[in-house]
Amino acid sequence: MASDTAVISETGTEEGVRRRDWIHIAALSTAGVGGASLLIPLVSQMSASADVLAASTTEVDVSAIQPGQSIKAVFRKQPLFVKRLTPEEIAAAKKDDAAAMRDPATLAERTKAGHEDILVTMGVCTHLGCVPLGAAEGENKGEFGGYFCPCHGSHYDVAGRIRKGPAPLNLAVPEYEFTSDAVIRVG
Amino acid sequence: MSFAWAKQYEPKTPLTKWLDEKLPLPRLVYNAVGAGYPVPRNLNYMWNFGVLAGFCLMIQIVTGVVLAMHYAANQAVAFGTVEHIMRNVNWGWALRYAHANGASFFFIVVYLHIFRGFFYSSYKAPREMIWLLGVVIFLLMMATAFMGYVLPWGQMSFWGAQVITGLFGAIPLVGEPIQHWILGGFAPDNAALNRFFSLHFLLPFVILGVVILHIWALHIPGSSNPSGVEVKSESDTVPFHPYYTAKDGFGLGVFLIAFASMVFFLPNALGHPDNYIEANPLSTPALIVPEWYFYPFYAILRAFTGDLTIPFTGIVLIPAKLLGVIAMFGSILVWFFLPWLDKSPVRSGHYRPLFNKFFWFGLIPTMAALFYLGGAHAEEPYIMLSQIFTAYYFLHFLVILPIVSQIEVPKPLPFSITEAVLGKDTAAEPRTGTTAAGETGAAPDGSLQPAE
Repeated sequence: MASDTAVISETGTEEGVRRRDWIHIAALSTAGVGGASLLIPLVSQMSASADVLAASTTEVDVSAIQPGQSIKAVFRKQPLFVKRLTPEEIAAAKKDDAAAMRDPATLAERTKAGHEDILVTMGVCTHLGCVPLGAAEGENKGEFGGYFCPCHGSHYDVAGRIRKGPAPLNLAVPEYEFTSDAVIRVG
Repeated sequence: MSFAWAKQYEPKTPLTKWLDEKLPLPRLVYNAVGAGYPVPRNLNYMWNFGVLAGFCLMIQIVTGVVLAMHYAANQAVAFGTVEHIMRNVNWGWALRYAHANGASFFFIVVYLHIFRGFFYSSYKAPREMIWLLGVVIFLLMMATAFMGYVLPWGQMSFWGAQVITGLFGAIPLVGEPIQHWILGGFAPDNAALNRFFSLHFLLPFVILGVVILHIWALHIPGSSNPSGVEVKSESDTVPFHPYYTAKDGFGLGVFLIAFASMVFFLPNALGHPDNYIEANPLSTPALIVPEWYFYPFYAILRAFTGDLTIPFTGIVLIPAKLLGVIAMFGSILVWFFLPWLDKSPVRSGHYRPLFNKFFWFGLIPTMAALFYLGGAHAEEPYIMLSQIFTAYYFLHFLVILPIVSQIEVPKPLPFSITEAVLGKDTAAEPRTGTTAAGETGAAPDGSLQPAE
């Protein structure tokens, strides 16, 4: 009587594969596929939702910015610095293109062709995230005439490159393009 | 249940041996749902619904926690956040529909589970505690579902909350203060919505705790079975794994097909369109109804239209509203007393001809009618019908069942589960009067086995 109710154990060593293995594998694979497909929505729902993604581009009208002037905008809930460089600043930036710096970059790499006077960078210090000074009228521009982060003393130059201080990288240049001569779309 | 022939858990690897010494969780699982738990071999598909109910609870908790990442319980934004989930959140529509239809399926499964209990007298000794815990779980489910429905703050959410919290106002003397205390104000508003969200998040975990007690209490006597005859010997049982893990797995597959069909193709079929309208405290919908799974209780509530008065005087003993509330809660509270109302020593409805008739021609049609009437307008003939079926409902449990259980002549029971399944049981041979088999508790003619 006990053998009627014995647990079916995995003994098929004499024949190798048993008939019932097929149904075991089929059932467990189907359950596995089901389980995996269940997992996808549960993980994906935490990613950015459609409204967050929709709010992920910003347009800025640069025509009103005077040479030497910066404005602060918002891009993906973070500060964005848009600056129009004066010819002197452009020359100074280009002169330093080959200088020794922690994160080497040329002005040309950080601006768009034909618009090398417009510098678009995030207003977030790459050290620990403070908002650097230098975008507004009368703020401290630091030793290199660009931006200065008061939190730990990072100095950025006119092209937003880190020249002195603890920040590891230049101010980030987000993806942007000129939709017209007067307007840029960021993101 | 430690039947003597239950397989023992034997850890084989060093890891499992170490675990078994420090925290015997694998042993617990083995003894609860593994090869170490012998279960009657004759369980039919009506026994699948307990596991399915547990699975539904898991679905609700998982989808609920995930929805709570996107929902905000403030009356100014709640409706908007639900639409945000439906339109913006990745797969949000699927999660919302899964949670809403999951609640409906949870109730479908639990009602079938309860009706299994009614027909096979699962509530009788020695399983009374399992039954009592089950009724507690059902009450907690009702509270959770009610509060969950309020959260989207649609028209039905608001007005349903208004009606149900208004019921508390029916309690004499302390009713109105209690109602205001529950609402945190004078009508459903931010205070109520916020606390309902908090409690709606909490209660499923309370349900989980009571479910654990429910399963623990079950494992003391072990599962009942469709014949109602208790397990006597090893040939009556099979180990839970692999027999019932397989059968429950199959049942789960069928359930998920039905569930997925609703969620993806008929997601709003069980819902009320009015709940897609933002709550308006100044405009009552034409028909306020709860979700379908509350319909029978709503029918009982609304059946009481006349006050209980002393005849020929104007004295009102119990106003109609209070009568309705008492009857509605009473209709569930009677279930607590079933183990003691039903006096028959025979468990299974298969062997109780008179009980069987009242079950299928009395109780079932009554429940079906009450389900329908709960969603109907409060006008004739629905009011009269609600009153008739409510009367029968209480008559069935409080009068018919006790009387029938004592006067009916049951059919002869099989000697054992083995006999019921295989046609004969060799252990039953010395049935002809001797007690040579030493079977304790076996009556000489084997026909009436007292519920031990």
